[in-house]
Amino acid sequence: MTGRQQIARALLPLVGVAMLLAVWTLVNGLKLVDPVLLPSPTETFRTLWEGMTSGKLGVDFVKTVARTISSTAIAAVIAIPLGILLGSSEKLYRSVEFLIDFFRSTPASAMFPLFLVLFGVGDRTKISVAAFGAGLVILFNVAYGVMNARKTRLLAAKVMGASRTRVLFDVMLLESLPQTFVGLRNGVSLALVIIVVAEMFIGSTDGLGQRVFEAQQLFDMPGMYAAIFAAGALGYALNLLFLLIERRFVHWAGR
Amino acid sequence: MTSAAASVASGLSSGFDESRRTAPHVTIRGLSKRYPDAVIYDAFDFDIPRGKLISVFGPNGCGKSTLINMIAGLVPADSGEVLFDGRPLSRVKFGYVFQNYREALFPWLPAFDNIAYPLKLMGVPKAERKLRVERLVAHLGVKIDLALYPYYLSGGQQQLVSIMRALIVEPEVLFLDEPFSALDYEMTLFMREQLQRVFMETKTTTVLVSHDLEEAVYLSDYVLLLSRHPARVVEFVPYDAPRPRTDKTMSESSFVATKAHCLKLFQHEVRRG
Repeated sequence: MTGRQQIARALLPLVGVAMLLAVWTLVNGLKLVDPVLLPSPTETFRTLWEGMTSGKLGVDFVKTVARTISSTAIAAVIAIPLGILLGSSEKLYRSVEFLIDFFRSTPASAMFPLFLVLFGVGDRTKISVAAFGAGLVILFNVAYGVMNARKTRLLAAKVMGASRTRVLFDVMLLESLPQTFVGLRNGVSLALVIIVVAEMFIGSTDGLGQRVFEAQQLFDMPGMYAAIFAAGALGYALNLLFLLIERRFVHWAGR
Repeated sequence: MTSAAASVASGLSSGFDESRRTAPHVTIRGLSKRYPDAVIYDAFDFDIPRGKLISVFGPNGCGKSTLINMIAGLVPADSGEVLFDGRPLSRVKFGYVFQNYREALFPWLPAFDNIAYPLKLMGVPKAERKLRVERLVAHLGVKIDLALYPYYLSGGQQQLVSIMRALIVEPEVLFLDEPFSALDYEMTLFMREQLQRVFMETKTTTVLVSHDLEEAVYLSDYVLLLSRHPARVVEFVPYDAPRPRTDKTMSESSFVATKAHCLKLFQHEVRRG
């Protein structure tokens, strides 16, 4: 591939962005939608920039990041060892599989009232509901990763004289890492969704969810779009961050 | 160690000329294995000769791999006994090479650490592990960049790493389960030479499961021809062409005759089913 072709290929993802901005500008310029409901791209991004650099939006952004990361961290600390334990015995996993699948299928938002009763109105409720949702996702991915460890690899370790513990730590654990990262990525995405929803409705004073909700209540449309974009950027960045960590630590995944 | 086992061990290292030993290395007695749909082995007896390379060949599904897997303890036998110079498997250092090298190597370890892993399990200190791998590499004349992760190596190189991992413990017996059947023909020919070289260098008792008769005869001192299940020994065919064997060996009359003889027995077995 020539240098010019490489550059063209790298710029390809920007085509969609440019198209969206063009349509948006056009719709706004021709006043096809009420400008109060749909502000211009420039106004929206100016609000986003000002809000992130000097306004309250930046503070809310950091708050949401902190809540999402702490709930994912709590989920990982509990779910990863538990997943390894469950995955290392198929019988054990099958015995609790229904429970895991049931609660994994239960919308985490339906758990808010219960967690409100348990933890009251505050960060603990938001973080624990998000950790609950993310934890189940991580748990079942880790367990499957351990259960689906390549049989040949386990046999190879066994035939070389590895004890059960050695097989667990030297082989199963590493074998399950790619699937563990799938769980972590899905978990952090889910945690962000839950945190944003919780910030909207569970008596919050800060966070991106609260910002979107408040902007809507005040009919501050540029502020609302700015907060939505900030939330989108956060979700994208978290996913990218976990992908980069995964590539660094699980260099063999998919090879 | 019991006194009997100790005397066997000391007999191995007391300056006795190894080449004069005639007792079989591995004795298999009354080995039986039944799967839900078939009896694979029924009171199977066999002696594996010492310091020879034998190939196991037979009809599909006759239990070629099952045999070495039972000997190597990967698959439990229903009954019977396998002894290595009178000792059970748990007291024996052996090497096992899988057909699927991709799944047998550890992709999270560089090739070097893959080879050294069995030593790590044995508690050999790091410096000595390094020394022993380097010695093996030099001994076999291997030219692979062992700092690479396995997935950067070609299929043949990966299988060579697997073979080295099996050899690093200086095994008494080396088992190979169709080690070259996942490789292309060019690589297979190259790997046959590598295995022959390993065998000539180490004289390790080697059991090779093969589905390629040409390969089985070319590499072996004996071809163990098995019948359809329940497997019994059809014939233990000797082939004593001098090593190193080359492409020319395959056009010699003794090779052609041995291969034809094995093929005749094999086809007779296949039709019998």
